[in-house]
Parts: sequence; C-alpha cells; structure tokens
Amino acid sequence: MQHATIEKSIPLMAILTLILVSIGGIVEIVPLFFIKSTIEKVDGMRPYTPLELKGRDIYIREGCYNCHSQMIRPFRDEAARYGHYSLAAESMYDHPFQWGSKRTGPDLARIGGKYSNEWHQAHMLKPQNVVPESVMPAYPWLQKAALKYDDVDVRMQALSKVGVPYSPEQIANAKQDLAAQAKAGGNDPGLAKRYGNKVPQDDFDGKPDQITELDALLAYLQMLGTLVDFSSYQAQTR
Amino acid sequence: MGQQPNMMQTYDYEVIKKFTIAAIIYAIVGFLVGVILALELTFPDLNGGIPYISFGRLRPLHTSAVIFAFGGSVLFATSYYIVQRTSKARLFSDFLSNLTFWGWNLVVVLVVITYPLGLTQGKEYAEPIWPIDLLITVVWVAYFINYVGTLARRKEPHIYVANWFYLAFIITVALLHIVNNLAIPINLTDSYSIFSGVQDAMIQWWYGHNAVGFFLTAAFLGLMYYFVPKQAERPVYSYRLSIVHFWALSFMYIWAGPHHLHYTALPDWAGTLGATFSIMLLLPSWGGMINGIMTLSGAWHKLRTDPILRFFIVSLSFYGMSTFEGPLMSIKSVNALSHYTDWTIGHVHSGALGWVAMVSFGAIYHMVPRLWGVAIYSKGLINLHFWLATIGVVIYIVAMWISGIMQGLMWRAYDSFGNLSYSFAESVAAMHPYYLIRTIGGVVFLVGALVMAFNIIMTVRGGAKQAPATIG
Repeated sequence: MQHATIEKSIPLMAILTLILVSIGGIVEIVPLFFIKSTIEKVDGMRPYTPLELKGRDIYIREGCYNCHSQMIRPFRDEAARYGHYSLAAESMYDHPFQWGSKRTGPDLARIGGKYSNEWHQAHMLKPQNVVPESVMPAYPWLQKAALKYDDVDVRMQALSKVGVPYSPEQIANAKQDLAAQAKAGGNDPGLAKRYGNKVPQDDFDGKPDQITELDALLAYLQMLGTLVDFSSYQAQTR
Repeated sequence: MGQQPNMMQTYDYEVIKKFTIAAIIYAIVGFLVGVILALELTFPDLNGGIPYISFGRLRPLHTSAVIFAFGGSVLFATSYYIVQRTSKARLFSDFLSNLTFWGWNLVVVLVVITYPLGLTQGKEYAEPIWPIDLLITVVWVAYFINYVGTLARRKEPHIYVANWFYLAFIITVALLHIVNNLAIPINLTDSYSIFSGVQDAMIQWWYGHNAVGFFLTAAFLGLMYYFVPKQAERPVYSYRLSIVHFWALSFMYIWAGPHHLHYTALPDWAGTLGATFSIMLLLPSWGGMINGIMTLSGAWHKLRTDPILRFFIVSLSFYGMSTFEGPLMSIKSVNALSHYTDWTIGHVHSGALGWVAMVSFGAIYHMVPRLWGVAIYSKGLINLHFWLATIGVVIYIVAMWISGIMQGLMWRAYDSFGNLSYSFAESVAAMHPYYLIRTIGGVVFLVGALVMAFNIIMTVRGGAKQAPATIG
C-alpha cells in the first residue's frame, strides 16, 4: 500500500494509528492479570482495617506519594536502609497503588513499627523537631481534625467490588472496629478476630478522648510493610 | 485567477485567540506555582501551616497547570490554527469550538479548586477526581469531532504531516485517559481505582509515560511540523523521514512505560520490554529532531535576525538532548542510580521547559501577529525572552543533574566498615544549595514568561480592528 493512500484517508489514518498504539499496551498489561507468578504467594497479607483504610485515604489526600515511595528495590543499600525488598503481594489490595516515583523523603514501604507513636506525633507536628535536616512541611491540622468515618463501610463495600476480600462481617462491623483500634491499650476481641492478633490497637495520636485524622494516618503508617511473614516467604521461593 | 474569495467564509480565529491568551495565563500560573514549590523545598516552613498550599497538595497543581492547562491550551490553539490553514477550511463547528474552550477551562478551574482541598485520585498526572475525568472525556470527544470534521472539509487530498501527529495525539490520549481513570465512585468526589498494586502501577505508567509521548511529544511535533517550515520559509526537510518517524514513534512510545518501574515488584520481563523500546525510541525521536533542524537548510542565516526561529531551534536541540537522556535513564543500571532522585526532575524539565515550552513560545509569537493582524510590539523583547528562557532552563537542569546524581551516589555509598556512609537526612541536607539554585533557574524562566505576556498585551492593544481573515 502506498503511503499516499493512507494519508488521503482520515478513517484509514485513524484506525491504523489506533491499532498501532494499542499493541504495546496490550502486550505489557494484559499478561499481568493472568500470569500467576506476577503476585507472589505469601502468608500474612490482609485487607486494611477500617482505621488504616481511612489513614490511607488521608495519605493520598495530602499527596504524600509526591515525595515518598513505597517500593524498596532489591539492592544491598536499600535492604540496609529500608529492609526486605517490596513484593507485589504487599500492594495487591492498594487501589490505587502508592509506589511513588520520587524520594524527596525516605521510602515508607516498611516504616511500620520503626518509630514510636510519640515520635510520629512530634514529627507530624513539626518534622524539624525530630529531624533537623528535614524539608517536610508540618501537618498540624491532622491532630486537630476529628476523623469523619461515617462512610467507612461504604468505602469497604466499594473496595470489595473491585477485588479486596472484605467479608460481610468486616463491613458490618466497620465503624465499631475503627473506634476499637484507636483506643489506648485496646484489646478488642472482635477486631482481633476479624483482622488478626497482630493489629496494633492504640491511641495513636496522643489524644485519648478523640479519634482524629492523625490516629488514622499513624495506624496506617505503623502497619506498612509489617504484614508479610518473610521467614515463610523465603521457604516458598526455593 | 480572477476567482473571488468567498467573503462570507472565514477562519475561526476567535477560539484560537482565546486559547492563546489562556495558554499565556496558565504558563505564568504554572511556572509561578513551580517556583513556590521549589521555595517550599528550600524553606519547608513556607506554607505557614496552611494545608491548602502544602507541598503534597500543590505539586499536582503545578504539573497539571503546566502540562494540561498551558500545554493543553497551546495544543488546542495550534491544532485549530493548523487544521484550518492546512485544510483551507473553517473549523467544523463553532459550537464544538466553544464547547472545547469553555469545557477545558472549566476543567482547569475545577482542578485549581479541588487539588488544594485534597480531592485527588492519588495517581500522578491523573489526579483529577472522577466527575472532572468525565468532563475531560466529553471535551475530548468534542475536540475529536471538531478536529476530524475540519480535516474532512480539506481542499487538498493529502492530510498534511502536522495533522497526522495531532490526530495520533487526540486518539491515544483518549485511550490512555479512559483506561487509566477507570474507578469505582464512592460519592461525588471520591473513588477507588478498579486496578490495584502491580497492575495499577503498570497501567499508571503506561498512561504517565504516554502523556509524555503523545501529549508532550507527538502533538508538539505536529506543532513543529507546521511552524518551523513557516517561520523558516522552507519546506520540511524530508517527507520520507516524516513518514518513517511518525509511524515508528507512534508504535514504540506506547511500550516505554515500564522503564518507570525498574527493580520494582513489576516482573522483569515487562521492565526489559520497556527499556528495549525506550532505547529504540531514540531513532524516531531524533528523526523528528533532524527533520526539524534540517528544515533550516539554506536558511541558517535567519537565525541571526529572527528570535522566533531561535526559539524553535533551541527547543529542537533540547528535544534531541532529552530524548537521548531518556533512553539512557531507561537502561537498568543507570536507572538504579537515577530513579527516585532529582535527576528525573531535571530530565522532565529539560523536556517540558526546554522543548515543550520553548516550541510553544515560538508558535505563540508566530501566531499572535497573524491572529490579530498586527505587527509584534517588540522583537527585542522576544529576544530577551529567548535568553531568559534558555538561561533559566540551563540553570535548572544543571542543578538537578548535580543534586540527582549526588543523591543517588550518597544513598548507595558504603564506608570501609561496610556501613552506609550517609543517613537519608544527610542526603536531604546536601540538596539545599541545589534546590536554591533550581529556584533561581525557575524564577529566570518565569520572568521570561512575564516578558512574553507584556509583549503580547502590547501587541494586541496596539493592533487596529481587523476584518476576519478570509479563506483562500
């Protein structure tokens, strides 16, 4: 076919372009949904608790992904700095993913449990008080704002429609579970039954009488990268 | 000969004028927000504890303002200009022209309101919430119909090369936008992406890299293919080269996305494919650059006297530079150093400021006198803008090269005892002087844009009322 034929016809030009630009995307994207080894089989992954989910929404609202990655690469220095490299399984319930593309601040994929809640409270109030070199802005409003969680069950319902395995029981008890997790020295058996014994129940924000946005954000940060049992993961790969 | 032009049939310049003015305003807003962000990284207390202007909420506003508000307005203006001039036909529908103008500006206004409020989808360069995404889709369909409808009225059987690129841009951006933004709404403002984790990452960077490939490259190459030959008063260097590099570019760009995900949880085969195509992409990219620059064959002396042509040549040089740098950074071992650092930021700005903004400025200076039927107010000010823009970009990208490579090296440095040499905080502290230098580069570039705005205002104000341009 002469190129003149193509460049004289709008439909031909448009359809050929559409076919051509579709190929690469199809080849690279579609297999990721079907090749089983894309997402590793691991022990320990669970959907976010209601409080963690609200915390993740705040993480997205504040645009944390603009400066923090959640994706540790398999390099010696990253292992020393951040821990085991990230697995695909660790973000399989993340709608959307938050791997990030820039480290103006450090990676957060395994920030969970690395610092105390008190450290995080001081840090979010004014980062330079605990890390003098930091260029992170302060987030004083998080500790002042009461967490609005009327719709947390609706959110879990929506996520269950796109593949997050929330049980009807988890959705039905969402609001109670959220309040239970933010209680100081909490030991709620219902929450433990639905999400496991390892779920930290605490007064994350240092304000025992109120559930604030900081409670949710810290509950999220404190569980990041802590779910997968890496001793059993190593056993599975070899 | 002896044929009278139909005086009733005129080009629709009104919508082009409106988009051109919008582009200038959004350029200034986008660059200004960029300068504020650069200052926030230099002086972290700058937002004064105000959530609405904190870095995380403001950064998407900067990227969207520059790419979609400024870049988008330039593309609407130039595509409407080119498709009418090369087809010798009026735009297909005045209604659709107005719909695209007011619709696109409504999108921009909604983005400016929602981002500072923290309403975002949390996907880079695709932050607008789902109702805005729907509005974008409507505007885009209107744009497609209006554009193709005008092309269908062309007097010449061949579709001019610039229009191939614009057509590919409109089609591909529609595809990318719709797939990447598929989401399940929770209420009027919030939604969750239907994709998760590794698949979402792949789709996001398939979108993200081709926002670069088709929005910021293919479409602006279309622009280049009209304005460079016009300004140089020379034909395009090689018709054959334009065919080869158009199809090669369209086919290859779409594969390049996974190079944003090297060494992540994305399977290696996808990253390798992405890197392979990114490296091959050097050829069609440079095909475009060579075709643009060589169009000046026999007209090189014009660079001495024509500052608009200087904008075009320098923009093509930056295009060539950043399309060499891109493939380099997509090589896994280079990417291991450059990923997550300021090097990426420098690379993006050599493309976005050096190529996209500079070629846009050239097009604006070329169009404005013709749209308003007046001579430019000051050629000297165009020349001043040219130097401010060039110096600003160079300061910016050199600062980011140094800080980016330094970051990458500090993160992986070990001392003689086998411990990491630097804490992360030490690498942050080392960036401070370069963030300050980067800010200065940004300010110089912004001042250039203000000079342009002044020049254009004086040009338009000085112009007498003209009769609409007739077709013929």
